[in-house]
Amino acid sequence: MEDELAASITIQGAVWGGAKAFTVTSGPGFSLMMEHIGYAAMTETPCVFVDVQRGGPSTGLPTLPAQADMMQARWGSHGDYGIIALCPNSPQECFDLAITAFNLSEEFRVPVMLMLDECVGHMTEKVIIPDAAAIDVYPRRFTHLPPGEFRLFEPREDKVPDMVRAGDGYRFHVTGLTHDERGYPSMNVDTQRSSVTRLLEKLQPFTGERALSETADLEDAEVVVVSYGITSRVAQRAIDLARQKGVRAGKFRIISAWPFPEKHIAALAPKVKAMVVPELNLGQMVHEVERAAAGRCKVRLVPHAGGTVHNPEAILKAILEAAE
Amino acid sequence: MLTEIRIAGFGGQGVILAAAVIGKARAIFEGGYATMTQSFGPEARGGSSSAQVILSSEPILYPYITRPDILIVMSQEAGARFIPELKPGGILITEQELVRVDHMPAGTRAFGVPATRLAEELGRKMVLNIVMVGFFGAVTSLIATEALRQAVADSVPPASQKLNLQAFEKGYEYGASLIEKLREEGETEMVLSFESES
Repeated sequence: MEDELAASITIQGAVWGGAKAFTVTSGPGFSLMMEHIGYAAMTETPCVFVDVQRGGPSTGLPTLPAQADMMQARWGSHGDYGIIALCPNSPQECFDLAITAFNLSEEFRVPVMLMLDECVGHMTEKVIIPDAAAIDVYPRRFTHLPPGEFRLFEPREDKVPDMVRAGDGYRFHVTGLTHDERGYPSMNVDTQRSSVTRLLEKLQPFTGERALSETADLEDAEVVVVSYGITSRVAQRAIDLARQKGVRAGKFRIISAWPFPEKHIAALAPKVKAMVVPELNLGQMVHEVERAAAGRCKVRLVPHAGGTVHNPEAILKAILEAAE
Repeated sequence: MLTEIRIAGFGGQGVILAAAVIGKARAIFEGGYATMTQSFGPEARGGSSSAQVILSSEPILYPYITRPDILIVMSQEAGARFIPELKPGGILITEQELVRVDHMPAGTRAFGVPATRLAEELGRKMVLNIVMVGFFGAVTSLIATEALRQAVADSVPPASQKLNLQAFEKGYEYGASLIEKLREEGETEMVLSFESES
Protein backbone atom coordinates (compact mmCIF):
# COMPACT_ATOMS: atom_id res chain seq x y z
CA MET A 1 0.00 0.00 0.00
CA GLU A 2 1.26 3.49 -0.76
CA ASP A 3 0.09 4.97 2.55
CA GLU A 4 -2.20 4.69 5.55
CA LEU A 5 -5.17 6.25 3.79
CA ALA A 6 -5.01 3.52 1.17
CA ALA A 7 -4.49 0.73 3.70
CA SER A 8 -7.39 1.84 5.87
CA ILE A 9 -9.89 1.83 3.02
CA THR A 10 -8.49 -1.21 1.17
CA ILE A 11 -9.17 -3.44 4.17
CA GLN A 12 -12.79 -2.37 3.98
CA GLY A 13 -13.03 -3.33 0.34
CA ALA A 14 -11.61 -6.71 1.27
CA VAL A 15 -14.21 -7.11 4.01
CA TRP A 16 -17.12 -6.41 1.66
CA GLY A 17 -15.58 -8.99 -0.65
CA GLY A 18 -15.91 -11.56 2.13
CA ALA A 19 -12.46 -11.46 3.78
CA LYS A 20 -11.40 -10.56 7.29
CA ALA A 21 -8.90 -7.73 7.26
CA PHE A 22 -6.82 -5.52 9.51
CA THR A 23 -4.13 -2.87 9.25
CA VAL A 24 -1.33 -1.80 11.57
CA THR A 25 0.17 1.60 12.22
CA SER A 26 1.63 3.99 14.75
CA GLY A 27 1.31 7.68 15.59
CA PRO A 28 1.02 9.79 12.42
CA GLY A 29 -0.32 6.80 10.47
CA PHE A 30 -3.20 6.47 12.92
CA SER A 31 -4.03 10.15 12.35
CA LEU A 32 -4.12 9.51 8.60
CA MET A 33 -6.52 6.59 9.08
CA MET A 34 -9.14 8.61 10.96
CA GLU A 35 -11.28 9.44 7.95
CA HIS A 36 -11.70 5.79 7.05
CA ILE A 37 -12.27 4.72 10.62
CA GLY A 38 -15.33 6.95 10.46
CA TYR A 39 -16.28 5.31 7.17
CA ALA A 40 -16.00 1.85 8.77
CA ALA A 41 -18.18 2.99 11.67
CA MET A 42 -20.79 4.55 9.36
CA THR A 43 -20.91 1.61 6.94
CA GLU A 44 -20.67 -0.90 9.83
CA THR A 45 -17.72 -2.63 8.23
CA PRO A 46 -16.15 -5.18 10.59
CA CYS A 47 -12.37 -4.64 10.57
CA VAL A 48 -9.46 -4.23 12.96
CA PHE A 49 -6.98 -1.36 13.34
CA VAL A 50 -3.80 -1.95 15.36
CA ASP A 51 -2.18 1.21 16.73
CA VAL A 52 1.21 0.78 18.38
CA GLN A 53 1.29 3.98 20.40
CA ARG A 54 4.43 6.11 20.52
CA GLY A 55 5.06 9.52 21.99
CA GLY A 56 3.42 12.36 20.04
CA PRO A 57 2.13 14.73 18.80
CA SER A 58 3.26 14.59 15.16
CA THR A 59 6.32 12.40 14.48
CA GLY A 60 7.07 12.53 18.20
CA LEU A 61 9.02 9.56 19.56
CA PRO A 62 9.38 6.76 17.01
CA THR A 63 10.27 3.46 18.75
CA LEU A 64 9.47 4.78 22.23
CA PRO A 65 6.25 4.10 24.13
CA ALA A 66 3.24 6.22 25.04
CA GLN A 67 -0.49 5.72 25.58
CA ALA A 68 -1.54 9.09 24.25
CA ASP A 69 -3.80 7.98 21.37
CA MET A 70 -6.54 6.69 23.65
CA MET A 71 -8.91 9.62 23.11
CA GLN A 72 -8.06 9.72 19.41
CA ALA A 73 -9.06 6.06 19.12
CA ARG A 74 -12.49 6.96 20.49
CA TRP A 75 -13.09 10.39 19.01
CA GLY A 76 -10.60 10.85 16.16
CA SER A 77 -13.00 10.80 13.24
CA HIS A 78 -15.74 13.37 12.91
CA GLY A 79 -19.35 12.79 13.85
CA ASP A 80 -21.05 10.60 16.44
CA TYR A 81 -20.07 6.95 16.33
CA GLY A 82 -18.75 4.20 18.53
CA ILE A 83 -15.81 1.82 18.34
CA ILE A 84 -14.38 -0.93 20.52
CA ALA A 85 -10.79 -0.59 21.80
CA LEU A 86 -8.77 -3.35 23.48
CA CYS A 87 -5.47 -2.93 25.36
CA PRO A 88 -3.10 -5.92 25.49
CA ASN A 89 -0.19 -5.88 27.94
CA SER A 90 1.93 -8.76 26.60
CA PRO A 91 2.75 -10.59 23.36
CA GLN A 92 0.43 -13.40 24.50
CA GLU A 93 -2.42 -10.94 24.79
CA CYS A 94 -1.57 -9.41 21.43
CA PHE A 95 -2.31 -12.84 20.03
CA ASP A 96 -5.39 -13.53 22.15
CA LEU A 97 -6.94 -10.07 21.86
CA ALA A 98 -6.33 -9.92 18.10
CA ILE A 99 -8.72 -12.87 17.87
CA THR A 100 -11.14 -11.17 20.27
CA ALA A 101 -10.90 -7.98 18.20
CA PHE A 102 -11.90 -9.81 15.03
CA ASN A 103 -14.70 -11.64 16.82
CA LEU A 104 -16.14 -8.47 18.32
CA SER A 105 -15.85 -6.63 15.01
CA GLU A 106 -17.99 -9.34 13.41
CA GLU A 107 -20.51 -9.55 16.26
CA PHE A 108 -21.05 -5.80 16.50
CA ARG A 109 -20.00 -4.74 13.01
CA VAL A 110 -17.65 -2.02 14.15
CA PRO A 111 -14.01 -1.15 13.62
CA VAL A 112 -12.10 -2.53 16.61
CA MET A 113 -8.90 -0.83 17.77
CA LEU A 114 -6.12 -2.93 19.22
CA MET A 115 -4.25 -0.33 21.26
CA LEU A 116 -0.69 -1.46 21.88
CA ASP A 117 2.17 0.74 22.97
CA GLU A 118 5.73 0.57 21.67
CA CYS A 119 6.92 -1.40 24.70
CA VAL A 120 4.43 -4.22 24.15
CA GLY A 121 4.79 -3.83 20.38
CA HIS A 122 8.53 -4.51 20.44
CA MET A 123 8.41 -7.00 23.28
CA THR A 124 9.35 -10.66 22.86
CA GLU A 125 7.96 -13.21 25.33
CA LYS A 126 6.71 -16.75 25.31
CA VAL A 127 3.42 -17.02 23.39
CA ILE A 128 1.30 -20.14 23.56
CA ILE A 129 -0.67 -20.62 20.36
CA PRO A 130 -3.54 -23.09 20.72
CA ASP A 131 -4.61 -25.54 18.05
CA ALA A 132 -6.68 -23.78 15.41
CA ALA A 133 -9.64 -25.99 16.36
CA ALA A 134 -9.51 -24.67 19.94
CA ILE A 135 -9.84 -21.02 18.89
CA ASP A 136 -13.35 -19.57 19.04
CA VAL A 137 -14.13 -17.74 15.84
CA TYR A 138 -17.23 -15.60 15.52
CA PRO A 139 -18.31 -16.10 11.92
CA ARG A 140 -19.63 -13.26 9.83
CA ARG A 141 -23.40 -13.18 10.11
CA PHE A 142 -24.46 -13.39 6.49
CA THR A 143 -28.14 -12.96 5.82
CA HIS A 144 -30.32 -15.99 5.15
CA LEU A 145 -32.92 -13.87 3.37
CA PRO A 146 -33.24 -14.08 -0.42
CA PRO A 147 -32.07 -11.05 -2.44
CA GLY A 148 -35.60 -9.73 -2.89
CA GLU A 149 -36.28 -9.50 0.86
CA PHE A 150 -32.86 -8.49 2.23
CA ARG A 151 -32.26 -4.92 3.40
CA LEU A 152 -28.58 -4.07 3.94
CA PHE A 153 -28.90 -2.03 7.15
CA GLU A 154 -31.99 -3.51 8.71
CA PRO A 155 -30.95 -4.23 12.29
CA ARG A 156 -31.60 -7.48 14.11
CA GLU A 157 -32.75 -7.53 17.72
CA ASP A 158 -29.26 -6.68 18.93
CA LYS A 159 -29.31 -3.55 16.73
CA VAL A 160 -26.70 -5.05 14.37
CA PRO A 161 -27.62 -5.75 10.71
CA ASP A 162 -26.68 -8.89 8.79
CA MET A 163 -24.15 -8.74 5.96
CA VAL A 164 -23.81 -9.93 2.40
CA ARG A 165 -20.78 -10.66 0.31
CA ALA A 166 -20.11 -9.02 -3.04
CA GLY A 167 -20.74 -11.50 -5.86
CA ASP A 168 -23.35 -13.56 -4.05
CA GLY A 169 -26.24 -12.15 -6.10
CA TYR A 170 -27.37 -9.32 -3.83
CA ARG A 171 -27.59 -5.80 -5.22
CA PHE A 172 -26.31 -3.46 -2.55
CA HIS A 173 -24.91 0.00 -2.04
CA VAL A 174 -22.47 0.94 0.72
CA THR A 175 -22.04 4.64 1.42
CA GLY A 176 -20.64 6.95 4.04
CA LEU A 177 -23.60 9.24 3.49
CA THR A 178 -26.40 8.94 6.02
CA HIS A 179 -28.37 6.02 4.66
CA ASP A 180 -31.64 4.23 5.24
CA GLU A 181 -32.12 0.53 5.95
CA ARG A 182 -31.79 -0.26 2.26
CA GLY A 183 -28.36 1.41 2.25
CA TYR A 184 -29.36 4.31 0.03
CA PRO A 185 -28.58 7.93 0.89
CA SER A 186 -31.35 9.39 3.00
CA MET A 187 -30.14 12.70 4.30
CA ASN A 188 -32.90 13.79 6.60
CA VAL A 189 -33.37 14.39 10.30
CA ASP A 190 -35.20 11.14 11.07
CA THR A 191 -32.75 8.83 9.33
CA GLN A 192 -29.79 10.67 10.87
CA ARG A 193 -31.27 10.30 14.35
CA SER A 194 -32.15 6.62 14.05
CA SER A 195 -29.02 5.44 12.27
CA VAL A 196 -26.44 7.38 14.28
CA THR A 197 -28.18 6.59 17.56
CA ARG A 198 -28.02 2.90 16.69
CA LEU A 199 -24.25 3.12 15.98
CA LEU A 200 -23.79 4.08 19.63
CA GLU A 201 -26.54 1.99 21.22
CA LYS A 202 -25.37 -1.31 19.77
CA LEU A 203 -22.16 -1.00 21.85
CA GLN A 204 -23.89 -0.29 25.17
CA PRO A 205 -23.19 -3.81 26.54
CA PHE A 206 -19.49 -2.86 26.79
CA THR A 207 -20.18 -0.26 29.45
CA GLY A 208 -21.12 -3.15 31.74
CA GLU A 209 -21.65 -6.86 31.27
CA ARG A 210 -19.55 -7.29 28.12
CA ALA A 211 -16.63 -5.15 29.35
CA LEU A 212 -13.29 -6.98 29.52
CA SER A 213 -11.17 -6.38 32.60
CA GLU A 214 -8.79 -8.07 35.01
CA THR A 215 -9.17 -7.45 38.71
CA ALA A 216 -7.34 -8.50 41.86
CA ASP A 217 -7.49 -7.65 45.56
CA LEU A 218 -10.65 -5.55 45.19
CA GLU A 219 -12.53 -7.15 48.15
CA ASP A 220 -10.76 -5.17 50.85
CA ALA A 221 -9.19 -2.44 48.71
CA GLU A 222 -9.02 1.13 49.98
CA VAL A 223 -7.13 2.33 46.91
CA VAL A 224 -7.68 0.87 43.44
CA VAL A 225 -5.17 1.35 40.66
CA VAL A 226 -7.00 1.68 37.34
CA SER A 227 -4.59 1.03 34.47
CA TYR A 228 -4.30 -0.52 31.03
CA GLY A 229 -1.70 -1.82 28.58
CA ILE A 230 1.95 -1.91 29.61
CA THR A 231 1.23 0.41 32.53
CA SER A 232 -0.85 -2.34 34.17
CA ARG A 233 2.31 -4.45 34.56
CA VAL A 234 4.23 -1.60 36.11
CA ALA A 235 1.23 -0.81 38.31
CA GLN A 236 1.13 -4.40 39.57
CA ARG A 237 4.60 -3.96 41.02
CA ALA A 238 3.46 -0.76 42.76
CA ILE A 239 0.36 -2.56 44.11
CA ASP A 240 2.55 -5.36 45.50
CA LEU A 241 4.87 -2.82 47.15
CA ALA A 242 1.89 -0.96 48.66
CA ARG A 243 0.49 -4.19 50.10
CA GLN A 244 3.91 -4.90 51.64
CA LYS A 245 3.65 -1.51 53.34
CA GLY A 246 0.21 -2.38 54.72
CA VAL A 247 -1.87 -0.30 52.32
CA ARG A 248 -4.81 -2.28 50.92
CA ALA A 249 -4.31 -1.64 47.22
CA GLY A 250 -6.33 -3.36 44.50
CA LYS A 251 -6.18 -3.70 40.75
CA PHE A 252 -8.73 -2.82 38.11
CA ARG A 253 -7.07 -3.40 34.78
CA ILE A 254 -9.04 -2.13 31.83
CA ILE A 255 -8.85 -4.47 28.82
CA SER A 256 -11.76 -3.04 26.80
CA ALA A 257 -11.13 0.69 27.11
CA TRP A 258 -13.89 1.74 24.68
CA PRO A 259 -16.75 1.79 25.28
CA PHE A 260 -15.49 2.78 28.72
CA PRO A 261 -16.50 0.23 31.41
CA GLU A 262 -18.29 2.97 33.33
CA LYS A 263 -20.72 0.70 35.17
CA HIS A 264 -17.87 -1.22 36.80
CA ILE A 265 -16.03 1.94 37.83
CA ALA A 266 -19.27 3.48 39.10
CA ALA A 267 -19.97 0.39 41.23
CA LEU A 268 -16.46 0.37 42.66
CA ALA A 269 -16.20 4.09 43.46
CA PRO A 270 -18.34 4.22 46.66
CA LYS A 271 -16.42 1.26 48.14
CA VAL A 272 -12.94 2.81 48.01
CA LYS A 273 -11.12 5.90 49.21
CA ALA A 274 -9.44 6.61 45.92
CA MET A 275 -8.64 5.48 42.43
CA VAL A 276 -5.11 6.01 41.13
CA VAL A 277 -4.82 6.20 37.35
CA PRO A 278 -1.30 5.90 35.90
CA GLU A 279 -1.10 6.35 32.14
CA LEU A 280 1.61 7.16 29.61
CA ASN A 281 0.00 10.48 28.70
CA LEU A 282 -0.81 13.69 30.51
CA GLY A 283 -4.38 12.66 31.35
CA GLN A 284 -6.82 10.86 29.03
CA MET A 285 -8.64 7.82 30.44
CA VAL A 286 -8.52 9.48 33.86
CA HIS A 287 -11.29 11.79 32.63
CA GLU A 288 -13.51 8.75 32.05
CA VAL A 289 -12.64 7.38 35.50
CA GLU A 290 -13.57 10.74 37.04
CA ARG A 291 -16.82 10.85 35.09
CA ALA A 292 -17.82 7.34 36.18
CA ALA A 293 -16.68 7.80 39.79
CA ALA A 294 -18.73 11.01 39.86
CA GLY A 295 -17.19 12.36 43.04
CA ARG A 296 -17.83 9.23 45.11
CA CYS A 297 -14.09 8.67 45.61
CA LYS A 298 -10.92 10.62 44.96
CA VAL A 299 -9.40 10.12 41.52
CA ARG A 300 -5.72 10.76 41.10
CA LEU A 301 -3.77 10.81 37.83
CA VAL A 302 -0.15 9.64 37.69
CA PRO A 303 0.87 11.23 34.38
CA HIS A 304 3.90 10.42 32.24
CA ALA A 305 4.70 12.15 28.97
CA GLY A 306 6.01 8.92 27.40
CA GLY A 307 9.34 7.68 26.08
CA THR A 308 9.58 4.96 28.73
CA VAL A 309 7.25 3.42 31.30
CA HIS A 310 6.51 4.75 34.79
CA ASN A 311 8.88 4.23 37.64
CA PRO A 312 6.83 1.94 39.94
CA GLU A 313 7.87 4.21 42.84
CA ALA A 314 5.86 7.08 41.31
CA ILE A 315 2.72 4.95 41.29
CA LEU A 316 3.49 3.67 44.79
CA LYS A 317 3.84 7.24 46.07
CA ALA A 318 0.42 8.13 44.61
CA ILE A 319 -1.14 5.04 46.22
CA LEU A 320 0.33 5.85 49.63
CA GLU A 321 -0.79 9.48 49.45
CA ALA A 322 -4.26 8.50 48.26
CA ALA A 323 -4.64 6.08 51.18
CA GLU A 324 -4.08 8.81 53.78
CA MET B 1 14.58 -13.31 41.55
CA LEU B 2 15.58 -11.94 38.17
CA THR B 3 18.66 -11.86 36.00
CA GLU B 4 18.94 -8.73 33.91
CA ILE B 5 20.95 -8.76 30.71
CA ARG B 6 21.71 -6.02 28.23
CA ILE B 7 23.18 -6.70 24.78
CA ALA B 8 24.32 -3.71 22.78
CA GLY B 9 26.22 -2.93 19.62
CA PHE B 10 25.47 -1.38 16.28
CA GLY B 11 22.66 -2.22 13.90
CA GLY B 12 23.47 -5.15 11.61
CA GLN B 13 25.50 -7.08 14.21
CA GLY B 14 22.53 -9.21 15.18
CA VAL B 15 22.12 -7.75 18.66
CA ILE B 16 18.38 -8.36 18.78
CA LEU B 17 18.67 -11.94 17.52
CA ALA B 18 21.35 -12.73 20.12
CA ALA B 19 19.03 -11.44 22.84
CA ALA B 20 16.09 -13.36 21.41
CA VAL B 21 18.10 -16.60 21.42
CA ILE B 22 19.03 -16.18 25.09
CA GLY B 23 15.43 -15.36 26.04
CA LYS B 24 14.06 -18.22 24.01
CA ALA B 25 16.50 -20.69 25.57
CA ARG B 26 15.13 -19.81 29.01
CA ALA B 27 11.45 -19.33 28.16
CA ILE B 28 10.91 -22.15 25.69
CA PHE B 29 13.66 -24.72 26.17
CA GLU B 30 14.14 -24.42 29.94
CA GLY B 31 10.49 -23.71 30.71
CA GLY B 32 11.08 -20.48 32.63
CA TYR B 33 10.17 -16.91 31.77
CA ALA B 34 11.91 -14.26 29.72
CA THR B 35 11.01 -10.81 28.49
CA MET B 36 12.94 -9.05 25.77
CA THR B 37 12.52 -5.40 24.87
CA GLN B 38 14.60 -3.57 22.33
CA SER B 39 15.58 -0.11 21.31
CA PHE B 40 17.12 1.09 18.13
CA GLY B 41 17.31 4.19 16.00
CA PRO B 42 15.43 4.63 12.73
CA GLU B 43 18.41 3.31 10.71
CA ALA B 44 18.37 -0.25 9.31
CA ARG B 45 22.14 -0.61 9.79
CA GLY B 46 24.95 1.24 11.48
CA GLY B 47 22.92 2.98 14.18
CA SER B 48 23.05 1.93 17.80
CA SER B 49 21.10 -1.18 18.74
CA SER B 50 20.35 -2.49 22.19
CA ALA B 51 18.20 -5.23 23.64
CA GLN B 52 17.24 -5.99 27.21
CA VAL B 53 16.47 -9.50 28.40
CA ILE B 54 15.05 -10.38 31.79
CA LEU B 55 15.22 -14.03 32.86
CA SER B 56 13.11 -15.30 35.72
CA SER B 57 11.53 -18.37 37.22
CA GLU B 58 8.24 -16.44 37.51
CA PRO B 59 6.18 -14.24 35.15
CA ILE B 60 7.87 -10.87 34.66
CA LEU B 61 5.97 -7.65 35.33
CA TYR B 62 8.24 -4.63 34.87
CA PRO B 63 9.47 -4.85 31.28
CA TYR B 64 12.81 -3.05 31.46
CA ILE B 65 16.07 -3.76 33.25
CA THR B 66 17.30 -1.35 35.86
CA ARG B 67 21.03 -2.21 36.06
CA PRO B 68 22.32 -5.21 34.14
CA ASP B 69 23.78 -8.24 35.90
CA ILE B 70 25.32 -9.19 32.58
CA LEU B 71 26.32 -6.74 29.86
CA ILE B 72 27.31 -7.93 26.41
CA VAL B 73 28.83 -5.19 24.24
CA MET B 74 29.84 -5.40 20.62
CA SER B 75 30.82 -1.80 19.86
CA GLN B 76 32.93 0.90 21.52
CA GLU B 77 29.98 3.28 21.57
CA ALA B 78 27.81 0.72 23.36
CA GLY B 79 30.63 0.06 25.84
CA ALA B 80 31.07 3.74 26.64
CA ARG B 81 27.36 4.12 27.18
CA PHE B 82 26.49 1.00 29.15
CA ILE B 83 29.57 -0.22 31.06
CA PRO B 84 29.05 2.40 33.82
CA GLU B 85 25.56 0.92 34.41
CA LEU B 86 26.86 -2.58 35.16
CA LYS B 87 25.76 -3.80 38.57
CA PRO B 88 28.41 -4.50 41.24
CA GLY B 89 29.10 -8.21 41.04
CA GLY B 90 28.08 -8.18 37.40
CA ILE B 91 29.79 -9.57 34.34
CA LEU B 92 30.93 -7.73 31.24
CA ILE B 93 31.28 -9.68 28.02
CA THR B 94 32.97 -7.88 25.13
CA GLU B 95 33.80 -8.34 21.50
CA GLN B 96 37.41 -7.78 22.52
CA GLU B 97 38.69 -6.53 19.18
CA LEU B 98 35.91 -3.94 18.86
CA VAL B 99 35.69 -2.73 22.45
CA ARG B 100 38.56 -1.35 24.51
CA VAL B 101 37.66 -1.30 28.20
CA ASP B 102 39.39 1.55 30.01
CA HIS B 103 37.55 1.42 33.27
CA MET B 104 35.49 -1.27 34.96
CA PRO B 105 32.99 -0.49 37.71
CA ALA B 106 34.12 -1.80 41.09
CA GLY B 107 33.43 -5.44 41.78
CA THR B 108 32.71 -6.46 38.20
CA ARG B 109 34.52 -8.91 35.94
CA ALA B 110 35.16 -8.90 32.22
CA PHE B 111 35.49 -11.66 29.64
CA GLY B 112 36.49 -10.94 26.05
CA VAL B 113 36.11 -12.90 22.85
CA PRO B 114 37.26 -12.03 19.30
CA ALA B 115 33.80 -12.95 17.99
CA THR B 116 34.05 -11.21 14.63
CA ARG B 117 37.37 -12.93 13.83
CA LEU B 118 36.03 -16.33 14.93
CA ALA B 119 32.98 -15.76 12.73
CA GLU B 120 35.22 -14.82 9.80
CA GLU B 121 37.11 -18.09 10.27
CA LEU B 122 33.78 -19.83 9.63
CA GLY B 123 33.44 -17.83 6.43
CA ARG B 124 30.59 -15.52 7.51
CA LYS B 125 31.21 -12.45 9.63
CA MET B 126 27.47 -12.09 10.24
CA VAL B 127 27.37 -15.01 12.70
CA LEU B 128 29.42 -13.07 15.26
CA ASN B 129 26.27 -12.64 17.33
CA ILE B 130 25.87 -16.40 17.72
CA VAL B 131 29.58 -16.72 18.59
CA MET B 132 28.84 -14.20 21.36
CA VAL B 133 25.87 -16.30 22.53
CA GLY B 134 28.07 -19.42 22.72
CA PHE B 135 30.73 -17.52 24.64
CA PHE B 136 28.07 -16.10 26.99
CA GLY B 137 26.82 -19.64 27.63
CA ALA B 138 30.27 -20.92 28.53
CA VAL B 139 31.43 -18.11 30.81
CA THR B 140 28.17 -17.61 32.71
CA SER B 141 26.71 -21.17 32.85
CA LEU B 142 23.44 -19.33 33.40
CA ILE B 143 21.47 -21.36 30.87
CA ALA B 144 21.86 -25.05 29.99
CA THR B 145 24.09 -25.37 26.93
CA GLU B 146 21.62 -27.68 25.22
CA ALA B 147 18.81 -25.16 25.71
CA LEU B 148 20.94 -22.44 24.11
CA ARG B 149 21.87 -24.76 21.26
CA GLN B 150 18.20 -25.58 20.64
CA ALA B 151 17.31 -21.88 20.74
CA VAL B 152 19.98 -21.11 18.13
CA ALA B 153 18.70 -23.85 15.84
CA ASP B 154 15.13 -22.66 16.32
CA SER B 155 15.87 -18.98 15.62
CA VAL B 156 17.74 -19.03 12.31
CA PRO B 157 16.67 -19.97 8.77
CA PRO B 158 17.12 -23.70 7.96
CA ALA B 159 19.71 -22.90 5.28
CA SER B 160 22.04 -21.24 7.80
CA GLN B 161 21.32 -23.54 10.74
CA LYS B 162 24.52 -25.57 10.39
CA LEU B 163 26.68 -22.46 10.14
CA ASN B 164 25.02 -20.88 13.18
CA LEU B 165 25.43 -24.03 15.25
CA GLN B 166 29.12 -24.08 14.28
CA ALA B 167 29.34 -20.43 15.37
CA PHE B 168 27.70 -21.33 18.68
CA GLU B 169 30.19 -24.17 19.30
CA LYS B 170 33.11 -21.95 18.35
CA GLY B 171 32.10 -19.28 20.85
CA TYR B 172 31.29 -21.86 23.49
CA GLU B 173 34.64 -23.63 23.13
CA TYR B 174 36.51 -20.33 23.28
CA GLY B 175 34.69 -19.48 26.51
CA ALA B 176 35.11 -22.94 28.04
CA SER B 177 38.86 -22.98 27.42
CA LEU B 178 39.19 -19.44 28.78
CA ILE B 179 37.46 -20.51 32.00
CA GLU B 180 39.65 -23.63 32.17
CA LYS B 181 42.77 -21.51 31.73
CA LEU B 182 41.70 -19.13 34.49
CA ARG B 183 41.12 -22.10 36.81
CA GLU B 184 44.57 -23.46 36.10
CA GLU B 185 46.01 -20.06 36.92
CA GLY B 186 44.42 -20.34 40.33
CA GLU B 187 41.47 -18.04 39.71
CA THR B 188 39.13 -18.51 42.63
CA GLU B 189 36.42 -15.93 42.10
CA MET B 190 34.62 -17.83 39.40
CA VAL B 191 31.29 -18.07 41.13
CA LEU B 192 29.38 -14.86 40.73
CA SER B 193 25.87 -13.88 41.64
CA PHE B 194 23.58 -13.07 38.74
CA GLU B 195 20.48 -12.54 40.77
CA SER B 196 18.87 -9.17 41.22
CA GLU B 197 16.84 -8.36 44.28
CA SER B 198 13.50 -7.74 42.63
